[in-house]
Parts: sequence; C-alpha cells; structure tokens
Amino acid sequence: MTETFVPPTAFAVPGRIAVNNRAAATWQTATLTEIRRETPHAATFRFAVPQWTGHLPGQHLMLRLTAEDGYVAQRHYSIASPPGDAGHIELTLDHVEGGEVSGWFHTVARPGDSVEVRGPLSGFFAWPGDRPALLIGAGSGVVPLMSMLRHHRARALDVPLRLLVSARSPEELIYAREYGAETMLVFTRGAPHGVPVGRMAAVHVAPLLAEQPRGGWEAYVCGSNGFAEHASRLLVEAGQPVDRIRIERFG
Amino acid sequence: MNVTRGFTGRPRAHNTGLPPGQYDAGDDWPVLAAEVTPDLAPADWTFGIDGLVAEPRTWDWEQAHALPASAYEGDIHCVTSWSKFGVRFGGVSLDAFLDTVRPDATATHAVAYSHTGYTTNLPLADLTGGRAWIVWEYDGKPLPAEHGGPARLIVPHLYFWKSAKWIAGLRILDHDEPGFWEQNGYHARGNPWEEQRYSGD
Repeated sequence: MTETFVPPTAFAVPGRIAVNNRAAATWQTATLTEIRRETPHAATFRFAVPQWTGHLPGQHLMLRLTAEDGYVAQRHYSIASPPGDAGHIELTLDHVEGGEVSGWFHTVARPGDSVEVRGPLSGFFAWPGDRPALLIGAGSGVVPLMSMLRHHRARALDVPLRLLVSARSPEELIYAREYGAETMLVFTRGAPHGVPVGRMAAVHVAPLLAEQPRGGWEAYVCGSNGFAEHASRLLVEAGQPVDRIRIERFG
Repeated sequence: MNVTRGFTGRPRAHNTGLPPGQYDAGDDWPVLAAEVTPDLAPADWTFGIDGLVAEPRTWDWEQAHALPASAYEGDIHCVTSWSKFGVRFGGVSLDAFLDTVRPDATATHAVAYSHTGYTTNLPLADLTGGRAWIVWEYDGKPLPAEHGGPARLIVPHLYFWKSAKWIAGLRILDHDEPGFWEQNGYHARGNPWEEQRYSGD
C-alpha cells in the first residue's frame, strides 16, 4: 500500500490500533449466560462467545437480532468487559423507550438465548493501556470506560488513569460499586446528602489537566451527543489538545 | 437464518427505501463524529481540489456560493444502522467543482479531507454525474456545526461516513487509499444496498 495521505490540517486524531478485518466481518453466535441488574434502567448481559478473538478496552461490536420473518435489527454496543475474560463478553444496555433491541433484552431475554455478534470493531476509541487515560463519561457512556478501568486493575497497570462520571442520581449510576479513588462522580439531578447537584464543569476538569502526567493525557469522552459536545469543550478550554481527544457519541 | 427467540422487531410496512439491516430514525438525526466539533466560521472555510488535476483550485465561501446552486432531496443511511428519509440539503453539485479543475484521464479515486483532519476515500465515479454535493443548507437553514457546518460533502448513495463533515478538500489520485474509518476497519466503498459496512463484507 502507498503511504497514506495526510491532510494539510492541524487537528487530525490518529487511529489507535489496526482492526482484525476477518473478525469484524464474521458473525458469531453469542449465548446469554447471565443478566445482572445495574440500575432500574440498565442491566449487564453476559455472553459466552467461544470464538471471540479478543478485544481492547473501548472497542464495540455489532449485535443482530433476527425475527421469524427474516427481519433483522442491528445495533452497535460498546463492550463493558475487559480483555482477558476468555470466551466471554459483557454488554451493559439501557432500556431505551420504544427500543426494539434494548426492549427485547430487557423484557424477553433470558439465559440460554442466543444472538449474533461481529467484532470487535473500530480501532479509534481503543485504549491498549499504554498512555495516561483521562476518561469522561455520562449515563451508559461509562460502558467502554469501565472496560478500560477493569483492564487497568486486572493488569495492575501503573500508567495513570482518571475517570469523571456524570449520572442523573446515585440510583442511575451504572457500576456504582466499582469506582475507587481514581473516579470523581458528578450528579446532575439528585445526589447523596451534602454532595452538590449540577452539571460537569471546568471545576471538575481543570484540576486533572493541571496535574498532567508524563506524556500528557489521552482523553476519551463517551455519552450522548449533548454531553460529548459539552465535555469536549470543557477539555479544550482547560488546555487539552484537540488531537488528543477521542469521542464516542450516541444519538 | 438464526432466529432470535421472542424477537419480532417493531411493526413495519414494506419499506423499499430501507437498505438491509437499517431502521428508520424518523425525526432524529443522530450526531456521529469522533472528533471535537470545530469552531469554523464561513469566512474561514475553504474548499480545494488538488492532486491529479489540470488546474488545482481553492474556493472560499463567496466563490463557492457563486457556482450554480444544486440541491439533494432524498434519503441518507448511516453504517450504525439508522436511515433518514426525505432530507433536503442545499449547496453545489461536486461536478461544478470538478469541471473547473479537470481531473486527469488516469484519475480513479479521491481522498476527501476535512478541516478537522478527518479523511475518507471514494472512487471518482461515486463523486461525479450528479451523485455528490458540497452543501451548506439543511432544510432551508444553515447547516449546523455538529452536522458538518458551515459546509460538508454529501454522497447520499453511500453510507454517511463518506459524506465528510467540515469538508476542506479533495486530493485526486490514481489509486485507492483508505481514509480514517477505512483504516479503522470499515469498508473501502460503503454501499448500503450491499451492506458494505466493514472491510471484508
């Protein structure tokens, strides 16, 4: 292949890893083995996928459900589990109002059911664990970030990792029991007694950018588009270079 | 066929406008961009074409608007599986720009690139013959920044990641060269009707 064209612009965010094209193109059967409730609106679905070739934290997959008349519905979902959970993957899904796929998961699915998946997909949001990671997520946007945090812990990595999580209230906080000293929580609607309620702001982001690790932060932002716009603007205003900000949005 | 127990999907009419594996997003227009939305004023926007052309050229906002107006009204399809029907974009046909620079006979492909550094590759044949536009209006209003404003490329017969937001230019080539998502595992062409989502499809 010839050398890839690099545009004469200043902001390009390079990809992180090459993707295994064969894995990305092949549908595999994933068997549901366990359902764990996370919040009133979100649950984690654990699957056995014996042929899974592995993934990096931050990657996603495509999931397909097929109706009896041949109708298929496909959706992208971030992977919540860390690499190294051999032959298994976990997804955490919000119950979206009127959602045909999330609706099936939350009202019909039970262990033993099978669905089809292909992936892992995209090398852009992946975090191999090599660079200091500043992770900012809201709602179910914490899913790919939790894969990174779990990977960091499982491997006892010493590369710095910090997590900023925004949730509507403690009841809506996904993975509530798993956060540690690396995480700062922001509640937008309701908070425990004595904890302020409000939107993520410069006051949360600025201190993290003031204590830059060696090599600087690689920032990963995941959430709704509104949140992603807001959080990425906070990062830029606090001095984070735009070419070190990776964004995963869901509409 | 691998039927999912208890899955019926949402009620559906025979909708021939929906490519395989897609659903109708209705009034929603999800925003999908991996980079920070740039703060790009029309006065700072330019669009250039270079590479294998007789006369490389860059247009500014006024010069681009002086070209004959052209609109697209139809459907768009995102690889993440939503489609949106009956959208209206206003701008200029890409043919108007290409006719000015005159690609060489050896030219076969283009890399479109944005003011943010995003790239995506396209066969030249997908960009000519009234199949691609540079647009600055959506539904009669200025194109919002989060959807690529002030101006973006649209190539509506391909998955929408080919329709580069904040378009800055085209480099005309005599070979194919993967762009940003194509290097990240996505298909080189991205025809929704053939479900060319990922490399290997």
